[in-house]
Amino acid sequence: MSESDLVRDLGRRNFFKTSLGVAALSIAPGFLLFDIAHGKAQPVSNKVRWGMLIDTAQCKEGCNDCVTACNKENGLPSVASATSVQWIRKIELKEASTGRQVSLPMMCQHCEHPPCVDVCPTGASFKREDGIVLVDRHRCIGCRYCMMACPYKARSFVHEPVTDQNPDVPRGKGCVESCTLCVHRIDVGLQPACAESCTNKAILFGDLNDPNSEISKKIRAVTSVQVRADLGLNTGVRYQGL
Amino acid sequence: MKRLASLLLCLCIPLAWAGGDALPKIDIGKGGQCVEDTQWMRKNHMHVLKHQRDEVVHKGIREEKHSLKNCIECHASTKDHSVTARADSFCVACHSYEAVKIDCFECHSDKRKNAWLQRNAK
Repeated sequence: MSESDLVRDLGRRNFFKTSLGVAALSIAPGFLLFDIAHGKAQPVSNKVRWGMLIDTAQCKEGCNDCVTACNKENGLPSVASATSVQWIRKIELKEASTGRQVSLPMMCQHCEHPPCVDVCPTGASFKREDGIVLVDRHRCIGCRYCMMACPYKARSFVHEPVTDQNPDVPRGKGCVESCTLCVHRIDVGLQPACAESCTNKAILFGDLNDPNSEISKKIRAVTSVQVRADLGLNTGVRYQGL
Repeated sequence: MKRLASLLLCLCIPLAWAGGDALPKIDIGKGGQCVEDTQWMRKNHMHVLKHQRDEVVHKGIREEKHSLKNCIECHASTKDHSVTARADSFCVACHSYEAVKIDCFECHSDKRKNAWLQRNAK
């Protein structure tokens, strides 16, 4: 190759480089425009904190509607066996000295400082920005440490193979799971299945960070407690009349 | 003679390969225009899905375009609404041809949402 050829070749190479740059620049705004036109979804933020207020006065003894709705929505076995999972359960309490009875649903309390997240060795157990405590099944190795750590016995291990899942709720054998606050419904603006199904309106779901939300107004007005408040976990689920 | 025979054999084997119906037969479901270039998707769909899954699970960014549900919506068979049910189903056909195990459907549903809703309407 002579010297003039080399010079010409370099010129050519620079031309290609420049035109590639120009091409990239003209394509990049295209992607941006696509995102704007299609409304790029924003990540959830900590401006919101989802929570629930459960009115035990409205929760009827023997009523199992929330449990049934949860099982149906999340594809859990409708007939419970000794090893089947349980995301929400009904509890009947009786005060020994007075004989007063209350009935209430118990599930993941969606703590601000969740012990399950503290102990998880793989980072599978995590708290979303909007306060929902979840298990990332892609990372869960099924060690069940979180089940031991949870003071509310809210988590279950999936022992049996799972078939016919809800396409919105992937779940399978070998992972720990618990109430997700129906995160797939919340993300599209719906209420959790249990809150929606409660015929007595005992479960009030909403944003604890928004002072004008129905739940915030109510917890300002009535006495409500967190279960095991002494642990300082600041649960997202509160109980009225307990 | 032996050499000639082995040479013939060597020539025959690739011919037999090329002649057979070796490529997978795929039921592409509804098909149509994919969200990305088809050839690009053949090579990169796993990266797209892996990126998307973390965005959804941890940040709640449920973009329909690159979601597994969206893949299934188009590519589930029109016969059984599944991407894994038969040997020529969309995911199975290539994955068995390439001998790559898919773990997605141990947890994820392989069916269209509509099909699931119809079965669980009760």
